[in-house]
Amino acid sequence: MMDEENLKQIARLAKIELKEEEVKEFSPQIRSILALFDEIDEVETEDVKPTFHVFGLKNVFREDAASPSLAGEDAIKNAPKKERGYIKGPKIM
Amino acid sequence: MNNVMIGLEVHVQLNKLKSKLFCGCSTDYQDEEPNTHTCPVCLGLPGALPVVNRKAVECGIKVALALNCEVLEQTLFYRKNYFYPDLPKGFQISQYDFPLAVNGKMSIETDRGEKIIRINRVHMEEDPARMIHEGGIQYSRHSLIDYNRSGMALLEIVTEPDLKSPKEARRFLDKLRSILEYLDVFNGDLEGAMRVDSNISLAGGDRAEVKNISSHKGVEKALSYEATRQKNLLRRNIKIIQETRHYDEERGITISMRTKEGEEDYRYFPEPDLPPMSVKSWTERLKDEIPELPDAKIRRFVEEYGVKENHARSLTSDIEIADYFETVCKSSICTIPRQKVVRRAREIDPNMAASWIVDVLKGELNYREMKIEGSPLTEDKTIKILKDLSSGKITEKNAVEIIREILDNGGDPEEIARRRGFGRLDRSETEILVKKVIEENPKVVEDYHKKKKRALNFLVGKVMALSKGKSAPKDVNELLEKYLCED
Repeated sequence: MMDEENLKQIARLAKIELKEEEVKEFSPQIRSILALFDEIDEVETEDVKPTFHVFGLKNVFREDAASPSLAGEDAIKNAPKKERGYIKGPKIM
Repeated sequence: MNNVMIGLEVHVQLNKLKSKLFCGCSTDYQDEEPNTHTCPVCLGLPGALPVVNRKAVECGIKVALALNCEVLEQTLFYRKNYFYPDLPKGFQISQYDFPLAVNGKMSIETDRGEKIIRINRVHMEEDPARMIHEGGIQYSRHSLIDYNRSGMALLEIVTEPDLKSPKEARRFLDKLRSILEYLDVFNGDLEGAMRVDSNISLAGGDRAEVKNISSHKGVEKALSYEATRQKNLLRRNIKIIQETRHYDEERGITISMRTKEGEEDYRYFPEPDLPPMSVKSWTERLKDEIPELPDAKIRRFVEEYGVKENHARSLTSDIEIADYFETVCKSSICTIPRQKVVRRAREIDPNMAASWIVDVLKGELNYREMKIEGSPLTEDKTIKILKDLSSGKITEKNAVEIIREILDNGGDPEEIARRRGFGRLDRSETEILVKKVIEENPKVVEDYHKKKKRALNFLVGKVMALSKGKSAPKDVNELLEKYLCED
């Protein structure tokens, strides 16, 4: 069941800021999407193996060989803050 | 420490690989400038496609087999979603429901004999970047991020909570490290090669997770601190809450990391960019590539060389030392004809070799922070020293001095012995000293005849002092008794 608390929690995990009126607006929308899943749940899947991957591929590997990396300045070019070759980020505890 | 339950999550870098887990970036980033070993894949740039390093999976299977695990028929990568600066994609590619291997076990040596520690699982994942908090995590105002480590192949080895003390945890990690090095998938000397998270709880309390134990030496300290902290809380009737604590290695304490409620929801789902793997069929081939492991080597050393078990244990804890010992013993075999039968004998007693390597050499290496491999004390030099010691050409003290000098400055054992005037005196030379000592100490000789035991010790000491320790103790004792009786 998707109540407003659930929605706020999901938004927090996804780092999305929601205004109170948005919470009110989205909750019923997401509830209706979930209702659709309830419908899907009714399909009999007892004998069906779970699908983790849709292409049917398996065992795709590369050999263990090193190839050139990006130049240091290119690697951090898009970072908004940097210091001595490092990317500078917030402290999170 | 009773009723302590410890479970470990050990993160092991497969740092003997040439490239990272999902991209071709070189693993050789130690001592390099930050952010110079990255590419779109390990920086998590949009559109980059990871491809699994085959050898990383092979290494993982070897470790799983060495830990007596069962390799699963199908194994899958998942996305573990969370936001943290060390994770450029916003998720870590890890494993979840279908890990590489499960249900293993490893034995450790405890004070009450051998003990089995169950292994819950072994799974593969990518290493996050390295974060630097200048001035320590509590006081720094920002973090500096180096993505060179990002995407390194990691194995996570998870134990059941079977460890009953911080000391057992340390033993487990020592043994694990030695197995990994035997398998040649891991170099434990590199910074950050092994990182440990642990769960610790006391009977009657919730468990606390201690993160960031970055050395296997730190484990015992961190867990001892945490066990004592929990004990004190229980004693004061304060409830232990389930929480994550960060180990501050410099201060040797654990700090609570106030985690937000519900943050542990990682919303795992199968990684769509990586097809499933079915690698159980590799196990037969890889089994053949697994070398003799420490437990088997201990048994063989005891049987084949007749060395004491504690010596065998110490020799085999480091594969380089184990190989060194075998080279020293093997190359000293000579054949001697005796009573028509050719018998193989050793010029160096393996027990003596074991004792010198374990009790002397390992300590001298440790003191100098040296490894035996690449040290100037090559096997042939040790063989020479031990042979001269067995034949009585040099004294034990001389042997130690020679070992020290070679470790410090290199050189040849024979040349050092000659230059420093090392060596045993002949029996005839000792005889002269014995006569001299008896002549110069009539009072003590008198005491000796009055059956004063200390008198003999005194005379032995005098002779040894005169010979500067070069007389064989056996000679001194025999000759003294001989001449004292004649007196």
